Amino acid sequence: MSKLMTIHLKVWRQASATAEGRFADYTVPNVNPHMSFLEMLDVLNENLTLSGEDPVEFDHDCREGICGSCGIMINGQAHGPNARTATCQLHMRDYSDGDTIVIEPWRAKAFPVIRDLVVDRAPFDRIMSAGGYVSVNSGAAPDANAIPVPKNSVDEAFDYAACIGCGACVAACPNSSASLFTGAKVSHLALLPQGSPERKERVTAMVTQMAEEGFGDCSNHAECEAVCPKGISITAIALMRREYVKAAFGRQ
Amino acid sequence: MSLDAKVPAGPIADKWDNYKNTTRLVNPANKRKYTVIVVGTGLAGGSAAATLGELGYNVKAFTILDSPRRAHSIAAQGGINAAKNYPNDGDSIWRLFYDTVKGGDYRSREANVYRLAQISNTIIDQCVAQGVPFAREYGGLLDNRSFGGAQVSRTFYARGQTGQQLLLGAYQAMSRQIEAGQVEMFSRREMLDLVIEDGRATGIVARNLVDGKIERHSADAVLLCTGGYGNVYYLSTNAKNSNVTAAWRCYKRGAYFANPCFTQIHPTCIPVSGDYQSKLTLMSESLRNDGRVWVPKNAGDTRRPQDIPEDERDYYLERRYPSFGNLVPRDVASRAAKKETDAGRGVGETQLAVYLDFADSINRLGRDTIEARYGNLFEMYQRITDENPYEVPMRIFPAVHYTMGGLWVDYELQSTVPGLFVLGEANYSDHGANRLGASALMQGLADGYFVIPYTLGNYLAGITPGTAGDVSGEAFRSAEEEATDRIQKLLNVNGSRTIMDFHRSLGKLVWDHIGMARNADGLRLAMDEIRDLREQFWQDVRVPGENSTYNKSLEFAGRVADFLELGELMARDALEREESCGGHFREEYTSPEGEAMRRDDEFAYSAAWEFNGTPRDAGLHKEQLEFENVKLTTRSYK
Ligand SMILES: Cc1cc2nc3c(=O)[nH]c(=O)nc-3n(C[C@H](O)[C@H](O)[C@H](O)COP(=O)(O)OP(=O)(O)OC[C@H]3O[C@@H](n4cnc5c(N)ncnc54)[C@H](O)[C@@H]3O)c2cc1C
Ligand code: FES
Repeated sequence: MSKLMTIHLKVWRQASATAEGRFADYTVPNVNPHMSFLEMLDVLNENLTLSGEDPVEFDHDCREGICGSCGIMINGQAHGPNARTATCQLHMRDYSDGDTIVIEPWRAKAFPVIRDLVVDRAPFDRIMSAGGYVSVNSGAAPDANAIPVPKNSVDEAFDYAACIGCGACVAACPNSSASLFTGAKVSHLALLPQGSPERKERVTAMVTQMAEEGFGDCSNHAECEAVCPKGISITAIALMRREYVKAAFGRQ
Repeated sequence: MSLDAKVPAGPIADKWDNYKNTTRLVNPANKRKYTVIVVGTGLAGGSAAATLGELGYNVKAFTILDSPRRAHSIAAQGGINAAKNYPNDGDSIWRLFYDTVKGGDYRSREANVYRLAQISNTIIDQCVAQGVPFAREYGGLLDNRSFGGAQVSRTFYARGQTGQQLLLGAYQAMSRQIEAGQVEMFSRREMLDLVIEDGRATGIVARNLVDGKIERHSADAVLLCTGGYGNVYYLSTNAKNSNVTAAWRCYKRGAYFANPCFTQIHPTCIPVSGDYQSKLTLMSESLRNDGRVWVPKNAGDTRRPQDIPEDERDYYLERRYPSFGNLVPRDVASRAAKKETDAGRGVGETQLAVYLDFADSINRLGRDTIEARYGNLFEMYQRITDENPYEVPMRIFPAVHYTMGGLWVDYELQSTVPGLFVLGEANYSDHGANRLGASALMQGLADGYFVIPYTLGNYLAGITPGTAGDVSGEAFRSAEEEATDRIQKLLNVNGSRTIMDFHRSLGKLVWDHIGMARNADGLRLAMDEIRDLREQFWQDVRVPGENSTYNKSLEFAGRVADFLELGELMARDALEREESCGGHFREEYTSPEGEAMRRDDEFAYSAAWEFNGTPRDAGLHKEQLEFENVKLTTRSYK
């Protein structure tokens, strides 16, 4: 059997968007190193429930790093210490007996706290509705092989399409910019022939919406790339800027 | 009520066209007068909401999660089938149809499956046009692979993230309709009840998960796209929020629940590591193309795998099924693993695992080739288990993965409640007693993009728009009251056991008795024990917090309460079905060699259960399955 650990936690507790928050201290005994980080929080919540306290709220669904639901600041790092790893993919074997871990929600003006570690990421959906799609009605598509697409274009497009919309990029950015998120979608669609006809309208609408939502500007800190669980490169942002400039000044 | 599947007349290949040619249409100018509720925005719901919005209907869409970009569908890895026959290897609509009916062990409705195969190709066209980055070959055309033991390569895939990319495609199409004002999105909402007025579905009540307020929403029709109920087992590969609640409440309002005991247990998942375990992770079955499954020959052999010599290993799939070997279908592979661990030959700390070994393939093909094929899966495995599968064999074990059962629907995807349509994994329709790999994504998208736009129109054309659903009326008021009372009741128990504790106990009962192998005694026992557990739940559960704030415990409590009823119905259904077919393996009905034995003369039907108080009192209705095109044979993989 693996040796069990005692873990100390400082967890941000906040009852609602308008309530004041504070850190609370908890200790979780008997943590198995094979547990995932969220399973450790499950155990904490079971203990809190039985002792009559409210459990710590956090969002989660797939618990395998693909849905983008989870996302918390762990010791000041979005999704914790490991590269290309979402919170739900972290395991307690990365920690040692007696460690203290500080857990907070994403902090960004555009992502108000709902409760404890849960924030409202609806602005991402509104950026997408502004133009993050190809306008093709169901049934109107040509045969799937009618337009060949070079393999390397698709592979590159895929690298950007892999975004899980977790919001870590915003949380890590000193300006709370959503440029990596927006740039990833702009780049995914701009790199494919299917996305080309609308690329000007798309980039303009999405960038405008991003600003309206209260996200900051990008000043090339690259913190977003460092925390992205899918390893999306900041070349997405460069591509988005090029698209934007072309849309604003380019010829038809 | 008699079950009329409303299968159109004509030869099987013409049925869908015949239907479309004669169906009633809603005049374009009238479409905006109709409101349609879509509950759930996974592949089925997302594609339906987008398409109905494009057609001009007013759509109200609901999801439990914070955004329609997320849903359980996002986790699908392997791919989506279609009968394009791009590889020129002999595939056809007929073959896809045939494979699906046979794979489902002859417990699905031929006409639905044929339509699914017909539509499959259009789905790929649609998704490519949306910008879904399917894998391509160097010439720029789409790549296909063979999947789940199929003899043709008909699976389209997007790395190991096909579900994600397809869902994002549907989400983007839906986002466009949100921008256009055709779809109104209600995120962080949980449907708690179906509202029926004058015998037809006219709305839902839903809880706003942020502030606990119960909302009433009316519509001319309700589409239920709420996914499968695999989480009844507590541990499954389903996302944590997957549940049966919406479907179950519809069942209690009169929609029949079909074949609840048809559940799929996937052979290659990462085994449970401890009792804190919260969910299981699937390892794509493509791994069985190059991995060899084995256990030590001697029970209780605790040596490290590399220390067990070749002649003391039992490659039991290759031994028992020489012609299919490691590629036998999911249900067969799962049962075979159980047989080994039951006999004490399991491996690893818990002994509830078997080895999936790549050593031979690495020797034969080189590590680079294996890495190119499965690199991301190997990485995922190592991340979870802290073991390197290039050096030591993977440990795998079966886990609940998919539910073939669900609300009964006719050819139009309409349930037994008029105006309530059911799409995707939530319905029972196309996969019979066992689903083939890469067919669920196909079905969800077929239902949403290409079936419902026609069949819903046929229903709505018969209704005067705007006549449905007065939210201040009696039906809405009482549905809201019931939902509120139930929440209050859950909060008031204030007992001594946690929700998860009850869920785990239920999961164990369902897994032990309604899992990979079932028998009459076990099923009777399960019915009683699940009933007792349900009674304890309502006396002793502790639900923390309040209703008026974000409270995930309260959400989960409501879902576990429903699972505690469903579990008993599953046992009842499994007891009634005295045969072995697909994922339903009754130990009493096996061949002398221990293989599954179907009993077509008596059980070639879908069992549709009607709510009648407690689960054990549910009423059974049978839809007899007619096989006019496919000859019933015994599946043999020897
Ligand atoms: C790990 C894994 C891998 C898989 N791989 C494949 C594969 O390679 N190929 C394949 O074909 N299939 C695969 N499957 C199966 C397939 O992914 C699912 O069957 C399919 O995605 C289900 O889609 P759906 O739209 O019906 O439901 P879901 O995606 O489960 O969506 C359900 C929706 O309903 C909402 N909802 C649920 N209840 C309520 C409620 N009460 N109120 C409001 N909203 C509600 C949810 O929020 C969600 O939006 C896989 C499954 C798993 C678990
Ligand atoms: S829970 Fe889905 S990404 Fe973490």
